[in-house]
Amino acid sequence: MKTIVEVKNLVKKFPIGDGFFTALKGVNLIFTEGEFTGLVGPSGSGKTTLLNIIGTLDVPTDGDVIVLSKSVGNLSPKEAAQLRKEELGFIFQNYNLLPVYTVFENVEFPLLLLKMSAGERKQRVLETLEWVGLTDKVKSRPSQLSGGECQRVAIARAMVKRPRLVLADEPTANLDAANSHHILQTMEKLNRELKTTFIFATHDEKVIGYLHRIIRLADGKVVEDSSPLNSPKGDLKSESSQGTITNNNDLDSSPSGRLGGAL
Amino acid sequence: MIQFLFKGLMRDKSRSLIPIIVVALGVIITVFLQSLLSGVIGDSIESTANFTTGHVKVMTRSYSENSSQLPNDLALLGVDTLKESLQKQFPEMTWAERIQFGGLLDAPDSSGHTRSQGNVSGMGIRLLNSTEEISRMNLGPTLVSGKFPSNPGEMLLSDELCRKMKLKPGDKVTLISSGMYGDMAMYNFTVSGTLHFGITMLDRGLMIADIEDVRSALYMENASGEILGFFTNARYDNKLAKEAAKSFNAQYVNSQDKFAPVMLPLSEMNDMGFLVAYSENVQGIIVTIFIIAMAIVLWNAGLLGGLRRYGEFGLRLAIGESKHEVYLTIVAESLLIGIVGSVIGVIVGLLISWYMQTVGWDISSMMKDSNFLMPSVMRAHISSTTYYIGFVPGIFSTVIGAMLAGIGIYKRQTANLFKELEG
Repeated sequence: MKTIVEVKNLVKKFPIGDGFFTALKGVNLIFTEGEFTGLVGPSGSGKTTLLNIIGTLDVPTDGDVIVLSKSVGNLSPKEAAQLRKEELGFIFQNYNLLPVYTVFENVEFPLLLLKMSAGERKQRVLETLEWVGLTDKVKSRPSQLSGGECQRVAIARAMVKRPRLVLADEPTANLDAANSHHILQTMEKLNRELKTTFIFATHDEKVIGYLHRIIRLADGKVVEDSSPLNSPKGDLKSESSQGTITNNNDLDSSPSGRLGGAL
Repeated sequence: MIQFLFKGLMRDKSRSLIPIIVVALGVIITVFLQSLLSGVIGDSIESTANFTTGHVKVMTRSYSENSSQLPNDLALLGVDTLKESLQKQFPEMTWAERIQFGGLLDAPDSSGHTRSQGNVSGMGIRLLNSTEEISRMNLGPTLVSGKFPSNPGEMLLSDELCRKMKLKPGDKVTLISSGMYGDMAMYNFTVSGTLHFGITMLDRGLMIADIEDVRSALYMENASGEILGFFTNARYDNKLAKEAAKSFNAQYVNSQDKFAPVMLPLSEMNDMGFLVAYSENVQGIIVTIFIIAMAIVLWNAGLLGGLRRYGEFGLRLAIGESKHEVYLTIVAESLLIGIVGSVIGVIVGLLISWYMQTVGWDISSMMKDSNFLMPSVMRAHISSTTYYIGFVPGIFSTVIGAMLAGIGIYKRQTANLFKELEG
């Protein structure tokens, strides 16, 4: 499997008063193409910081993160923006749709930055909205949609440019169980069919149930990197800062509660 | 992309409508103030020019040095020749001889004895066979009774003085003054009409007679205290006036003759320099004030709007725009708002200014007994500057306000902007 992201001895410190808060303490990880992986841990464990650095929105204090063969620490702001524009997709807890634009326009926005022709944009947007089952909401505004529909628009916006890596920060935190499962099934199908790599930051048990790989973080360190037994990916590479790899069989990763026929 | 941003701008009224209203209001005020001040100051300058100074004035050096005393013994001689030469040298100007004088007016009774007397401040202008000076001094509306002189020996007198001296049109009076050579001068006039200006200085005792009668009265044959020059386009131009004076005076710079003619521009007479300088700088002053004031308002509006939009900016950064691109779109949006607001503001401002130019604001009741020369109707004056002056504060303040507000994007870490998404 092709390596998508390589995290090498990553340290991230934030200044607080006269000192520093160390959010990540020597993290080592490798993510390969097509993974459906979750960074799991309590608040303050460093999962969002790690996601931000992988997403080139922040830079390491020490160590390095290689995203699609590019060292995040060495990227200029312009190069980082270019990488995000072409290769990365983001999904957020609060959907963050632009309220004054329609569903179509929200999904179209990333393609405008890629300077795609109007015809190609339209085709891509409609195709992506079909994946997430929102072709009947093309002209709706976000205020006219349910939370689940909004998150599906956000997924469509992240996927419309066919990114190689999607970073999702607590994507189901604001959704009820039914919508959460629906969203996760959508993402899992996109992962399966498009081979897009998904990395989640989450502490939602519903999400954890879908993950093919679970990386547990605590106090800025990887404390567990496991592949659930029923995961289709049994060959995941992992390295923890402590050098220990633990399988967590306690997690309820059974798909028994999933909703069928989302797509 | 621009179309996309424009769509968002139009749909989000807090980002478009409110700033456009602020810009338009500022521009309306700028346009209106510029035209009004330009009109009022310009009209005041013109009133002074028409009555006393001209746009430029030619006198003898000695007369110029003692002009407050109206020293007609130091008047210009050979005026016909001098005027001819002025007309040749400065064809863009028209020239008018004037004699200012003081005197005592004596009204006799039926037996020829003095019935009443009054001090007059007199002015000799071209009245007979020409309406040029009557229209220049706008005497038409000031005629209260009688008519303008149509025969030699007729004159106009302040209505107030007429009432005090119990005179009416048709009555005969005698002017007692001093002649050009220092001897006593007496001359009989007939009051043909009475005038009321609403300005104390003029209504107290102004007498206006044809210049040839005044010459006869004061023994000033082919002489005149002053020759006034007026630009034919009727508005004072300080630069041109100064150039004309410089060029004229250069001819006499080596002359030791204290009766040699000298030309002064309006800005160097009657303490008019300040008003002219103010008139010249008024546009800059207004524009500067409004750029600063509106930029502060729009900066704050931009900051508030920016804070509200940090989530959007974070999203755009995540999607792949650089901070620089986000910043540029904010500036581009502000430019668009500035242009739209300015166009609306200029149109409305011009309409208000046009109304004030055409109809004006009659302040004659407020000007009653005023001591200074200014028109009784305040009018705006629309010039070429009025058409574009509003765009300067309208666009600059919007863009500066947005640029200042947008700096916040650079000051915040990308990850922090990104965090706003979760806020």
